[in-house]
Amino acid sequence: MSRRAEHALLLEQRNYRRRRLHDAAFLLPVLAVLLFLLPLMGFRAEDGSEGVVSTRAAGIYFFAAWALLVLAAGVLSVRLVRGGGDERPAGGGDGG
Amino acid sequence: MAEKESTDRRDADKVTGGRPQMGKHVLLIEDEPNIIEAIRFILERDGWRVSTHSDGADAVEAVGAHRPDVVILDVMLPNRSGFDILKELRGHDGTAALPVLMLTAKGQSRDRALAESVGASRFMTKPFSNQEVLASVRELTGG
Amino acid sequence: MVGFDTLVVVCIVYVAFLFIIAFAAERHAQGGHAGWLRSPVIYTLSLSIYCTAWTFYGAVGYAARSGLEFLTIYLGPTIVFVGWWWFLRKMVRVGRMQRITSVADLISSRYGKSNLLAVIVTLLAVVGTTPYIALQLQSVTLSFDVFAAPAAEAWAPRDRTSTAFWVAVGLALFTVLFGTRSLDANEQHHGVVTAIAVEAVVKLVALLAVGVFVVWGVAGGPGAVLDRIDESAIAQWQGTGGRWVPLIFLSGAAVICLPRMFQVTVVENSDERHLATASWAFPLYLLLMSLFVVPIAVIGLAVQPPDANPDLFVLTLPLAFERETLALLAFLGGFSSATSMVIVAAIALSTMVSNHIVMPLWLRMREGTATVSGDVRNVALTARRLSIGGVLALGYTYYSFTSGSEALAAIGLISFVGVTQALPALVGGLFWRGATRRGAAAGLIAGFALWLYTLFLPSFGGSWLLPATILADGPFSIHWLRPQALFGIGGDDPLIHAMGWSLGVNTALFVVVSLLSFPSPLERLQGAQFVNVFQHSTGPGGWIGGSAAAEDLLIMSQRLLGAPEAQALFQAAAHRQGKEGNLPDPTREFIDLLERELSGSVGAATAHAMVGQITGGVSVSVEDLLAVADETAQIMEYSAQLEAKSKELAETAAQLRTANAMLTQLSVQKDAFLSQISHELRTPMSSIRAFSEILRDTRGLSQEEFQRFSSIIHDESLRLTRLLDDLLDLSVLENGQVTLHPEEGNLADLLDRAVSAVVPEPRDSRLKIRREPVLEDVPLYTDCDRLRQVFINLIGNALKYCDAAEPELRIKVRVNGTRVAVEFKDNGSGIPEGQQSLIFEKFARLSDHSAAGSAGLGLAICREIMRNLGGSISYMPGPGGARFRVSLPRRVAQAA
Repeated sequence: MSRRAEHALLLEQRNYRRRRLHDAAFLLPVLAVLLFLLPLMGFRAEDGSEGVVSTRAAGIYFFAAWALLVLAAGVLSVRLVRGGGDERPAGGGDGG
Repeated sequence: MAEKESTDRRDADKVTGGRPQMGKHVLLIEDEPNIIEAIRFILERDGWRVSTHSDGADAVEAVGAHRPDVVILDVMLPNRSGFDILKELRGHDGTAALPVLMLTAKGQSRDRALAESVGASRFMTKPFSNQEVLASVRELTGG
Repeated sequence: MVGFDTLVVVCIVYVAFLFIIAFAAERHAQGGHAGWLRSPVIYTLSLSIYCTAWTFYGAVGYAARSGLEFLTIYLGPTIVFVGWWWFLRKMVRVGRMQRITSVADLISSRYGKSNLLAVIVTLLAVVGTTPYIALQLQSVTLSFDVFAAPAAEAWAPRDRTSTAFWVAVGLALFTVLFGTRSLDANEQHHGVVTAIAVEAVVKLVALLAVGVFVVWGVAGGPGAVLDRIDESAIAQWQGTGGRWVPLIFLSGAAVICLPRMFQVTVVENSDERHLATASWAFPLYLLLMSLFVVPIAVIGLAVQPPDANPDLFVLTLPLAFERETLALLAFLGGFSSATSMVIVAAIALSTMVSNHIVMPLWLRMREGTATVSGDVRNVALTARRLSIGGVLALGYTYYSFTSGSEALAAIGLISFVGVTQALPALVGGLFWRGATRRGAAAGLIAGFALWLYTLFLPSFGGSWLLPATILADGPFSIHWLRPQALFGIGGDDPLIHAMGWSLGVNTALFVVVSLLSFPSPLERLQGAQFVNVFQHSTGPGGWIGGSAAAEDLLIMSQRLLGAPEAQALFQAAAHRQGKEGNLPDPTREFIDLLERELSGSVGAATAHAMVGQITGGVSVSVEDLLAVADETAQIMEYSAQLEAKSKELAETAAQLRTANAMLTQLSVQKDAFLSQISHELRTPMSSIRAFSEILRDTRGLSQEEFQRFSSIIHDESLRLTRLLDDLLDLSVLENGQVTLHPEEGNLADLLDRAVSAVVPEPRDSRLKIRREPVLEDVPLYTDCDRLRQVFINLIGNALKYCDAAEPELRIKVRVNGTRVAVEFKDNGSGIPEGQQSLIFEKFARLSDHSAAGSAGLGLAICREIMRNLGGSISYMPGPGGARFRVSLPRRVAQAA
């Protein structure tokens, strides 16, 4: 009985973790959109003129953000594959 | 015989405090023979003239014929309810103010309310006390 | 200096090398061990066909013209791939489940296998891709020119078209060879994909090499490059110009919709896990491809003459610094970009053209004649080969027609907007069950037309089909119909204008028409399968191996059997197999067992289909049919339930009403009963009280009076007692608590005794009783006392109520088998019809004037007695006096 309960608890934790992984997978592109649209919200050139951006600063920013996303996607994909990306409804109901 | 009557009258006086009703006329509308006999006995002893009638159907005509000073009316009569009779009596000019003592054996408050609504002067539940009947009819005739 | 001939030789050697690789890979795959050919790395590298020659050469030019805006072309795909969990995962799953061969096939399949949609999407793809192929031919030609120009300026212009021609022929040959070797069910091309992966490496290495050379070799390190950027013409960049977001969106949409991208992402996908790898590796590839774009552009702008084409900096910079090997590598990179794109695009387009246009036409022409499958197969292969040739011919024609004057990037973006018209139908089809064929067709046609009118045709600059006058003033000089400023809304940017109008109208029509139209059953079925693909499909191929099936089976079984039962079943099976844990291997025995268990819940056929679905035994999905049926069934069940509920409610209400009426009636009866009891008790009590008071209070009563009054009191007391006895008697009889005392007797005796009880002196009685002694001799076994009581009551009633002048009662006896009937009939006026049903009720004296002593309980008691004796008493209606009939069994059933 206790072994079964332990097993159930383990399954429960695994399911929970898997679901949070799925959440992260859903949120990652949202983060990407935010990161890439940020210059619209006030990246300024050194002289501060409206709507004009320094190519140097913006370039560094974009490549850094890009690298960050690649890293995050990498970590996430490894975990999703290893953790059994089994995503049928019993797992998480994220069919949409 | 006369002495006996006076003695009875005294007894009655003692109870009701009123004077004997000499020669007044009461009509008793009731279908139970033993009760008729009892009431007739009591009232006649008190000096009343007692007429009786046992059928509901022509009770109103009987009242018209006898022209009594007071009517004792049973509710449960053959062929016609006492309430109906009283209602009709109250509708006629000659009997609208006629004192009527109603008797019922059912004893429900509903009957009492009904009796009041159709215009009974007094309402009494069987079994009644002889003295109460006597006192009631005396009172109703203004004694 | 690399000569033109050397260049041709290098190209031929390189292509031969690709041939060998493709061939080897194909052989390897046919040997049954795809192995590393099907690795996530190859998959990711094959995705790199997104980076065409446009990207390879054009990105630098783009950056030189518009600064960082070129990044949008990469950021869109990055978002899409990083967000693979949202969309790509689903699209790939659907593609695998439905054996989808192209984007046209996906849309057609989703919307009820509509060929109309397939044709529209195919046309869209062909029209959208042809310029793109031309673009590749142009870039190859231009790159040839770069090498050739200094040596022989004279022949270069003349040979341009011939270069493009031979490149096109070579690509067609390669594509036909490796793209149409077989008609795989899943349309996968191991050879081509492997060759493309190699090309992907070549172009990445080439671009990185040029970048490294520029940064460290020319500029002198990253810091110096950054300084150079600040000094350059593109140091400042209009980042918030209105193009940033639309272009990111456009490139993201294009990476989904481009036929060649669909080919490598979905069709060539062999394992969904590869997508997980690509989700980070492909963005990384894109990052690396764009890392040196700005430095190359900046340095190019700085060191090249002002009239140099910035699209070719990748080639011209190494050449300027006399790094010919590097230039050659860059050339091969560009060549790889162009060829890989053309190959895959040609495969994708030819699949569409042959599957959705050529084959249907051919089959229609052959209608009625029997078609052999091998025949069809050959026709399909031929159609595909011809299509490849046709697509490349179109591209070449387009190239020679426009003679490559446009800036590369412009053509690329125009093409993007074209293919993106498929996006609403695609995304809507995957996520919205309500999307319909009509909606998709309306959106696609409108979007396609608007794209042609506002972007594609104007891109010829008024030289073809759409004259410059129309561009300037609108058709028939209708100003608000100007292609690049519809309704006057548009602004300065034709691309954004066209994209907004075409995609906006497309999406709006798609949604509105979908909402207004009703899908066919097939559409609904496909819609359910597409949108709910994760519920309906099994896990990704080989994702968890054998346990996937067992787990799927468990999940399904839990739904059907209930969780504890299913788990117990699986555990027991695992235990029998000697396995640790809860999941048994899906062996034949186990599956048979499970099927039997499940068939108890859902029936054998369904159980078989469901289990087969998961274990891969059947190809037709009952579950998918069920998915559609479910909806209907649920609605039907729901309405049936509602109906049943309301019916139930109505019944309950009716029952309640009946019960309420009964209770009210009972209450009324009870009141009436109590009232009656009161009356019946008070009447004798009145007499008793009145006379006892007279006896008490009146002095001098005569002896006779005394006697008479006392006897009245006595009689009334008896009457009271009788009444109470009757009440108790009735109560006992009604409650069935009566104890019968059956005994042998004779009906004649009983009647004798009853008559004498009522009429002790017959000669003095007013009532004459007529009997039939001969017939009365009936032996009985019953409760004689009770029966006599009934007879006494009936005779007594006749005595009391018969109103004839000379009352007479006839008693008749009739024996009928085991029963006997006794009839009491008098010659009075009988009982009025309306009251006949009341006489057996308690206190139902027909009028209230009964003689003293009758409590009105007599007939009620008679009825109860007869009931207890197994008989009955009834009033016989008819003329001529009251007539009662008593009927009873001659032998009463013994009480247990």
